[in-house]
Amino acid sequence: MGRNSRYRSWARPPAPGPQGAVRLHWRDEQLPEGGGPFLAYGNGRSYGDSCLNSGGTLVDLRGLDRFISFDAETGVLRCEAGVLLSDILGRFVPEGWFLPVTPGTQQVTVGGAIANDVHGKNHHWAGSFGHHVRRFELLRSDGSRLLCSPRENADWFGATIGGLGLTGVILWAEIALKRIEGPAMEVESLRFSRVEEFLELSRASHNAYEYTVAWIDSLTPGPGGARGLFFRGNHAAGHHAAAPSRRKPGLPVTPPVSLLPRAAVGLFNTAVYRWPRRRHAVAHYEPFFYPLDAVPNWNRLFGRKGFYQYQCVIPQDQAGAAIGEIIARVARAQEGSFLSVLKVFGNRKPPGWLSFSRPGTTLAFDFPDRGRSTLALLDTLDEITDEAGGAVYPAKDARMKARIFERGYPALHRFERYRDPAFMSDFWRRVTSGDTQQGAANA
Amino acid sequence: MRRVLIIGATSAIAEATARLFADDGDRLFLVARRKARLQAAADDLAVRGAEIAGCEVLDVNELDRHRAVLEQAEHALGGIDVALVAHGTLPDQQLCQASARLTVQEIQTNAVSTVALLTRLSELMERKGAGRIAVVTSVAADRGRQSNYVYGAAKAAVDTFLEGLRQRLYKAGVGVTTIRPGFVDTPMTAGFEKGLLWSQPETVAKRIHHSILNGKDVVYVPSFWRWIMLAIRLMPRRVFKAMKL
Ligand SMILES: Cc1cc2nc3c(=O)[nH]c(=O)nc-3n(C[C@H](O)[C@H](O)[C@H](O)COP(=O)(O)OP(=O)(O)OC[C@H]3O[C@@H](n4cnc5c(N)ncnc54)[C@H](O)[C@@H]3O)c2cc1C
Repeated sequence: MGRNSRYRSWARPPAPGPQGAVRLHWRDEQLPEGGGPFLAYGNGRSYGDSCLNSGGTLVDLRGLDRFISFDAETGVLRCEAGVLLSDILGRFVPEGWFLPVTPGTQQVTVGGAIANDVHGKNHHWAGSFGHHVRRFELLRSDGSRLLCSPRENADWFGATIGGLGLTGVILWAEIALKRIEGPAMEVESLRFSRVEEFLELSRASHNAYEYTVAWIDSLTPGPGGARGLFFRGNHAAGHHAAAPSRRKPGLPVTPPVSLLPRAAVGLFNTAVYRWPRRRHAVAHYEPFFYPLDAVPNWNRLFGRKGFYQYQCVIPQDQAGAAIGEIIARVARAQEGSFLSVLKVFGNRKPPGWLSFSRPGTTLAFDFPDRGRSTLALLDTLDEITDEAGGAVYPAKDARMKARIFERGYPALHRFERYRDPAFMSDFWRRVTSGDTQQGAANA
Repeated sequence: MRRVLIIGATSAIAEATARLFADDGDRLFLVARRKARLQAAADDLAVRGAEIAGCEVLDVNELDRHRAVLEQAEHALGGIDVALVAHGTLPDQQLCQASARLTVQEIQTNAVSTVALLTRLSELMERKGAGRIAVVTSVAADRGRQSNYVYGAAKAAVDTFLEGLRQRLYKAGVGVTTIRPGFVDTPMTAGFEKGLLWSQPETVAKRIHHSILNGKDVVYVPSFWRWIMLAIRLMPRRVFKAMKL
């Protein structure tokens, strides 16, 4: 068993407890005897503790990074679970294919994208990643291998999509890519200053724009809501856009303190909002989809204490009020979020039992970890979300209490029967402890 | 398009290097010991753009199958431009010390089999009068150390063999590249603590690929190993023998 100090989550300092690690390199390998509880580990782009397993063994899947087959007629790609989305784009964009759904970074594995059932800026058209998964193979700790699809082992299929890596290890998956004409995107950006205005822009853009998303300034909401920029875009036909250069500077080490003091975040947010920009532009897909990938290790900007991401989804009938209230609370607390993201999800039924994305509006923040005050604010946001009938995103979470998780994910009791008995994560321990004080005690 | 034969095609270093050939749409013939894994590697390379001319399962210690497999490869590829020999095992030094049989077996896999393959391969390529043979040895070949001299000795044998082969084949227009990797993070080294000197197979592969295409004779990968090994080789024996390397 290898060493484990390199296995962390994206926003948090090293895992609270020691974890072992094994790497799978071939699909015909088995999990080691004993050594559990296990947890699959993709590329550690989850922010909280859903990819950590203190006292247990992480099963590192980056060695399973092979393509298996590609059908150039239908765009169906079969590949191993450790393949990165960046590998898929690198290989297939030049051939005129794109990911059906992509999160805000291409540095995630196919297995990780399935296990969190990730969403992108096109949820209102395409749903989540799981909607485009045709089939996969699941390896369980008892050595059994299950082929899962909507027709074969359908319950395992539903449990594993969004199943947080707890049903076993996904070895490979089959996903359907979609046709594009080239790497260019046609993008439009619009200013707004109220939540209602954002919702109106989303409604108006729903049919004509495949991708929509907004940034908001969480420090200065302005009267009556939220100031921000609304982006909408489509894949462009025939345009050529220069690819951004590959060599990028990043932070080689983690500084002891956050390099993002409140004042700087404030200035940054104002600059983003005020910066004169062309309303229409043609851009390469990389900066459009993956602005943060341009700065490797940007997570280290937050210093050794790390940070918290917070992402929730609020049902549409409550969205205006609840989102407004959350933004107001965050602004009042002045905890400072670097970039906050707002997006309306479409109405497709989620493919996984524990899928996060569902009809409603989603809002995401990041907060430097300032200890108690940050946690108190996040608890308040949980309450607002819960009262509005919403849910918090496990992929981003490191602190929600069991009660909040249970109310957002009522299928978890049914799910528990499908969890591999030899699998566990820090997240799952925390949110199923049944003891709502647990979170506070750990904090 | 190049015609490339890869022996030990499922080793992490070979696989990563093969992907760079695949990116160029080269034609590959792959040889490895385990069928399912060989197939997995071949499928991957095919999707990445390689033309797979064929695959063959071979345990390199079956010396009497070498000729047939090499001829099959040459035939399927339509001639060999590049032959990359990358198979190997990492012996457990402690166990070897306690077992002459195991030691001989490791020397067999890491030296004898390679030397046998190279003998037949050079015959094929010398006849054609063109091409390049590239072989993965190790920085361990540079000086025997108590922690892994069985492995080091096997690699040193191959290394010296290559030195001579290079001289002989030069006249025939066939190049020979000796590749000496340092510590690489692969399944073979899964049990080791990884420090600053370790590199990823992808990094190593880039340099190997580049060295093959540019006809280099001897390369350390990554290149800083040239200086580390120079220092180790220059160390006086009196001092060296008392050290814990
Ligand atoms: C900059 C940035 C932007 C992001 N934007 C978005 C976004 O827009 N939308 C969104 O939904 N998410 C977003 N995320 C979150 C990210 O997409 C998810 O956390 C994703 O699941 C991470 O994948 P990973 O491969 O790094 O997996 P990890 O974080 O390592 O693991 C994630 C989960 O998947 C499980 N897992 C991994 N591999 C397997 C496998 N082979 N079999 C079974 N289980 C497995 C793990 O056990 C864990 O539960 C973003 C993250 C970052 C850093």
